[in-house]
Amino acid sequence: MAHGPAKGISRWLFTTNHKDIGTMYMWFSFAMFLLGGAFAMVIRAELFQPGMQLVEPEFFNQMTTMHGLVMVFGAIMPAFVGLANWMIPLMIGAPDMALPRMNNWSFWILPFAFLMLASTFFMEGGAPNFGWTFYAPLSTTYAPPSVTFFIFAVHIMGASSIMGSINIIATVLNMRAPGMTLMKMPLFVWTWLITAFLLVAVMPVLAGAVTMMLMDIHFGTSFFDAAGGGDPVLFQHVFWFFGHPEVYIIILPGFGVVSQVIPAFSRKPLFGYSSMVYATASIAFLSFIVWAHHMFTVGMPLAGELYFMYATMLIAVPTGVKVFNWITTMWRGSMTFETPMLFAIAFVILFTMGGFTGLMLGIAPSDIQYHDSYFVVAHFHYTMVAGAIFSLTAGIYYWLPKWTGKMYNETLGKTQFWIAFIGFNLTFFPQHFVGLAGMQRRVPDYALQFADFNMLSSIGAFMFGMSQLMLLFNVINTILAGKRAEKDKVWDGAEGLEWTVPSPAPYHTFSTPPQVK
Amino acid sequence: MATQGSYYVPEQSKLPLFASLGMFLTVFGAAGWINGSESGMTVFFAGALVLASVMWTWFSTVIKENLAGLNNDQLKRSYVWGMGWFIFSEVMFFAAFFGALFYLRQFAVPWLAGEGHSAMTNELLWKGFENEWPLLTTPEQVREGEAAARFIGAHEPMGWAGLPLINTIILLTSSFTVHFAHTALKNANRKMFNIWLGATVALGIAFLILQVEEYVHAYEELGLTLNAGVYGTTFFMLTGFHGAHVTLGTFMLLVMWLRGLKGHFKHDDAFGFEAASWYWHFVDVVWVGLFIFVYILGS
Ligand code: HEM
Ligand SMILES: [Cu+2]
Repeated sequence: MAHGPAKGISRWLFTTNHKDIGTMYMWFSFAMFLLGGAFAMVIRAELFQPGMQLVEPEFFNQMTTMHGLVMVFGAIMPAFVGLANWMIPLMIGAPDMALPRMNNWSFWILPFAFLMLASTFFMEGGAPNFGWTFYAPLSTTYAPPSVTFFIFAVHIMGASSIMGSINIIATVLNMRAPGMTLMKMPLFVWTWLITAFLLVAVMPVLAGAVTMMLMDIHFGTSFFDAAGGGDPVLFQHVFWFFGHPEVYIIILPGFGVVSQVIPAFSRKPLFGYSSMVYATASIAFLSFIVWAHHMFTVGMPLAGELYFMYATMLIAVPTGVKVFNWITTMWRGSMTFETPMLFAIAFVILFTMGGFTGLMLGIAPSDIQYHDSYFVVAHFHYTMVAGAIFSLTAGIYYWLPKWTGKMYNETLGKTQFWIAFIGFNLTFFPQHFVGLAGMQRRVPDYALQFADFNMLSSIGAFMFGMSQLMLLFNVINTILAGKRAEKDKVWDGAEGLEWTVPSPAPYHTFSTPPQVK
Repeated sequence: MATQGSYYVPEQSKLPLFASLGMFLTVFGAAGWINGSESGMTVFFAGALVLASVMWTWFSTVIKENLAGLNNDQLKRSYVWGMGWFIFSEVMFFAAFFGALFYLRQFAVPWLAGEGHSAMTNELLWKGFENEWPLLTTPEQVREGEAAARFIGAHEPMGWAGLPLINTIILLTSSFTVHFAHTALKNANRKMFNIWLGATVALGIAFLILQVEEYVHAYEELGLTLNAGVYGTTFFMLTGFHGAHVTLGTFMLLVMWLRGLKGHFKHDDAFGFEAASWYWHFVDVVWVGLFIFVYILGS
C-alpha cells in the first residue's frame, strides 16, 4: 500500500484511491456543469428578447428540463461527493474510504448514466421535456418515448448515490482516528454524514417514483391515472418527498464547506460548533415533513395547506442559527479576503436572501400568487447557485493548494469572484420582480413589459457563464504553472488534520492513524 | 472506532468499471427492449451477463481476502454498516409503495367519489363512481362502460385466508429457522447449521411457488390484474417487489448454504451469512406489513 499511483490511464479506470476518485468526481461534475451551463445559455439566449427567435418551443422545454436534471444530478451532487471523497478521509485521519472498490463503482456509474441521459437528444421525439420535476401526466401519458431511458438513467444514478452515501456513512462512523470523537469532527464531515443519511433515505423513494411511472407507461398500472382510481397528485407527493430533502442534500455539504472556510479566514474558531451540528440535524429532520409546500396550488385540503405552511416556517429557525453563527464567527475576527473567503461571504449574504424568498414562498396564501413564476426561479437559484455553487467554488479554491501543492492565481480568483458575483445577481435579482409581476417560468416567450429585465438577466447569465470558464482556466493554470504552496498549512488560520499532511497531499495519507487530542 | 492494525485498502481493481459497464448495458438494453427496439433484449442479456459475472468475481475476491486474513475487525464493521444502511434504503423503497397505497386508498379514491371538497370532480368527471376498497369498479368503467375501459376492476378481491395465510406462516417460520441456523453456527454446530439453513432455503422456494400460484389464481379466476385499476396496481407492485426481494434473499441464503458446505464460516466469522440473514428478516417484516395492509385490510 505504500506506493504511488499506477501509470497511465489505468490509474483512473481501476483506482481504489479516494483522492483519485475525488478528482474524477470533480472533473466529471465540472464537465456536466459546462453541459448544463450550455443548456442555460440556450435558454437565456431565447429569452433575451420577447418573441420566438432561436429555438422551437418543444426544444426549449427539453432545454429547461435537461438543464435542471444535469445541474442537480450531474453537477452539484457529484461535485460535493468529490469533495467528500477528497476531504473526509483527510479530515478524520482515515487511510481511505471505508469501501474503496465500491467507491470507484459509485463514480463510474455516473458517466454511463449521463451518457444514457444525453443520448435521449438523438432519439425519436427528443429528450425529456417535462421539466426537471417530471410531473405526471406530462412525464407519463404525454411523454416522449425517451422517457424510458430517462427512468433507467435515474435508477442507476440513484444506485450510485446510495452506494456513495453508504460509503461515506461507513467511513465517518468507522474510520475516525483515535480521539476523533463525533463532536470533534470538522463541520464539513458532520454535514456530509447527515447528507448521506438523507440520500440513503430518499433516493429509494425517487426510484419508487420513476418505477411507478415506468409501470404506468408500459405495464398498465394506474398510479397516476384517475381513470383507474389513481391520482397525478400522488406523483407530486412521492416526488417531493424525495425532492425537498434533495434540496438539503444539495445545500448541507455547502454549509459544511463554508463552516470550514469562514473560521480559517476570520482566524477564529467556528462560533457555536455544537449548535451548528444540532441545527444541521434539525434541518435534515424537518426536511422530511415539509414537502407539500411545493404543492400549495394543487388543491390540497385546507388542513394540509396549513400544516405544510407552519412546518416550512419552522425550518427558518435552524437556518437562522447557522447564519447567525457564521456572522458571529466573523465578528471581531482578523479577517482577510482571499478568494475562498469572498465566495463564502457572498454565500452567506445571497443564501440568506434565498432563505427569505423561501420563507415568502412557504406562506401558502402568498405562494398561490408566486407559484410557477420567475420568483420561484429566483428563489432556487439564490439557494442553489449562490448557495451550492458558490460554496463549492469556495471549497475548490480553499483546498486546491492542498490537492495540487500549488497556489492558484489570487488576482484571477478575485476577478472571477467579482464577475461571478455581479453576473449572478444581474441574472437572478431581476427575476424576483418579473416573477412577482406575473412572468411564468418554463415558457419560451413573455409579455413585452418584461423585456428589459429579461435582457439584463441574459447579459448576467453570459457573464456568469464566462466567470466559470475563468475558474476552469485558473484551476488548469494552477496545476500546470502554479507557484509551489510553501507550507503544509497553506492558510495560516486553517485548522484540521488535512493541513498536517504535506502539500500536495501524498497519494496515501494516514496509513497509520494520527492521534487526535 | 479505534483503528487497530492496518485497514485493508485493496489494490487497483477492474471490477468497478466493468460492473458499471454491465449495469449500463443492462438498463440501456431494458429500456430499448421495453420501447420495442430490436436489439434491446440482446443488449439487456449481455449486460446482465457482464454484471452477473463481475458480481460473482467481486464476491469471490472478497471471500478470498477474508479467508486470507486480510480483513481486520474494523473492515468487518464497515461491511456491517454497509449492509445495514443498504437494508435501510430498501425499507425506504418499500415505504414509497406503502405510502402510495395509503394515499390512493385514503384520499385519491374517496375524492374521485366526491368526498371532501371534491363533489364537483365526481359530478362532472366521474359521475356515478363510488368509493370502495378494494376498488373493484374503476372510475373509467363507470363512465365509459366495460367495453371501452382500459382499467377493468377485479370481480373479487384476493382473500387473506388461503394462500396468503399459508405464505405468512411459511415466511414467519423461515425467520425462525434462519435464526436457529445462526445459533447453531455460533455453537459451532455445523451439521445443524446446514440443516436449518437448508430448511430456510426450502421455505423460501415454497413461498415463491405458492406466490406464482396465487398470481395465476388472481389473473385467471379473480380478474385481478395489473390493469385492474389502483387495487390491482398496488396489489401487484407491493407483492411483486416483495417477491423479487424474496427471490434475491433465497438466492443469497442458497449461496450461503453452499458456502457453509464448503466450510467457509467460523463461529465468530460469518458476516456473509449474517448479512443474508438480516436481509431475510427484513423481507419477512415487509411481508407482515403486506399481509396486514394489502391482504387483511384489503379484502
Ligand atoms: C429557508 C428555507 C427554504 C424555504 C422555506 C423554501 C421554500 C420553498 C417553497 C415554498 C418552494 C415552492 C415554491 C413554489 O413552487 O411555489 C420552494 C421551491 C424551491 N426551493 Fe426552496 N426553500 C428553502 C430553501 C431552499 C434551499 C436551501 C434550496 C436548495 C438548495 C431550495 C431549492 C428549491 C427549489 C429547487 C425549488 C423549486 C422546485 C421547482 O418547482 O422546480 N430551497 N422553496
Ligand atoms: Cu422544498
